Amino acid sequence: MKRTTILLSALLLAAPAAADEFTEADLKRWQAEFQTVVKRGRAAFTDPKLGSNGVVCAQCHPNAANTHPETYPKFQKQLGRVAELWEMVNWCIQNPLEGEPLAADDPRMIALQAYINWERRGAKLAPGKH
Amino acid sequence: MNTLSRRSFLKRGAGAAIGGLLPLSLVEVAFADKRRNFTFAYISDSHIQHIKGNQFVRNWDRGLIRAVAETNLMDPKPDFVMYGGDLAQLGTKAELDHGLELLGALRPHTRFVMGEHDYYLDLGEYWSKLLGPQYYSFDHKGVHFVVLNSILTYDKWINKWSTPEERMNVMAGLDNPLGSPFMVGAKQRAWLKQDLAKVSKDTPVVVFSHSPLQKIYKGWNFWTEDAEQVQALLKPFKQVTVFYGHVHQIQYNQIGNISFYSAMATAWPWPYPATYNQKPSHLPKLTVEMNRADPFFERDATGWQFIDVWSGRATVHYSLPENTPRTVAYNPKTRRPEDTRYQKKRIPPQKHY
Ligand SMILES: [Fe+2]
Ligand SMILES: [Fe+2]
Repeated sequence: MKRTTILLSALLLAAPAAADEFTEADLKRWQAEFQTVVKRGRAAFTDPKLGSNGVVCAQCHPNAANTHPETYPKFQKQLGRVAELWEMVNWCIQNPLEGEPLAADDPRMIALQAYINWERRGAKLAPGKH
Repeated sequence: MNTLSRRSFLKRGAGAAIGGLLPLSLVEVAFADKRRNFTFAYISDSHIQHIKGNQFVRNWDRGLIRAVAETNLMDPKPDFVMYGGDLAQLGTKAELDHGLELLGALRPHTRFVMGEHDYYLDLGEYWSKLLGPQYYSFDHKGVHFVVLNSILTYDKWINKWSTPEERMNVMAGLDNPLGSPFMVGAKQRAWLKQDLAKVSKDTPVVVFSHSPLQKIYKGWNFWTEDAEQVQALLKPFKQVTVFYGHVHQIQYNQIGNISFYSAMATAWPWPYPATYNQKPSHLPKLTVEMNRADPFFERDATGWQFIDVWSGRATVHYSLPENTPRTVAYNPKTRRPEDTRYQKKRIPPQKHY
């Protein structure tokens, strides 16, 4: 009970500083965080060690082209179900790259998707599309 | 024009076994003077990739092995085979040796074009030791053939890397912004001028380069810096055909008197530049694109081509394992290469999703 009161008063005190608008500094920092992960994604996308045979993602997908992230999730007839982009990334890691799949929340998997989406920015969302 | 069944182009017996993998039909164009007609096979971009020891990337090996096996089954036998470049992935001796070993099974005589993946480790030294000059010409049944090394670049770029491996790795990344544009260069252009000086203007000329001798998309080096200057040297000839590799996809175009045809890769297909939506692409409008590849079938949208040369013009047969094979032929009426099936009704365009 006492703890709740302290928390509440802390929130009330902080309220004027946490206004509705994001500050320039906030936006800059968030953008920088995002771009750092995009860069890590590009590094993973061109890393011969992501798989086991030296093949890299960019070998078939220059600038992440033909990855069409805007169409996910979608039905993949080869899997027989609706799949997310990260599952297709793992498909590539396991097949052309002959490597071990990454967990959905592996930082490298998040970075790969950040990079793929960044290269495709501006494309209209088209979930389910083939 | 006769449409022949694929079986007439396959050796009997063997054809029955592999027939299902081969093109459904091919078109032979008959001319008054049939003696001048001939075919050759054109295999390109195998990107043989060394892992370690005696291990190579299986997928790329399979693509080349398949192209070689199918080429050997062609009937009538092609007069020769052109290999369009990028035999290796990172230009190592192991890769070039292994690639040539696989190509060694080819029955017809094979000639080679230099690709950037063969070149930028040791600047073509080992390749030349095995295969000879990097640019040359020869004559065959009344056609003058020229092979150029079109993947050279600025000396300043070549010398700026701390190791040959670093240089090779940068150039091997198609979309690497640290790369450098390809060019034929002044020395080779001077040689070409001299070589062509002794050829009559009525003689059909066929040029092989690795990069397109036209400017399509600089970001992926679908580009040759001095393309216009090379085109100018070819301009006085009545019939000129340029074949190029590097782009791993079907492209064709007509610029003035020059017909352009690309090769598919045996290793993997590349997306068309338009699929990268951050930059404008200049794919020739004439080109009916190939269907997007099915990622679940590793040979899809890879392949090789065989080419009929008739009256100095070409018909290119693209053999695609899973998609419908394509035939692109010079149309004397419209004076440009056209897909014999899809040009008017363009392929129901799959939108590269
Ligand atoms: Fe290539
Ligand atoms: Fe190339």
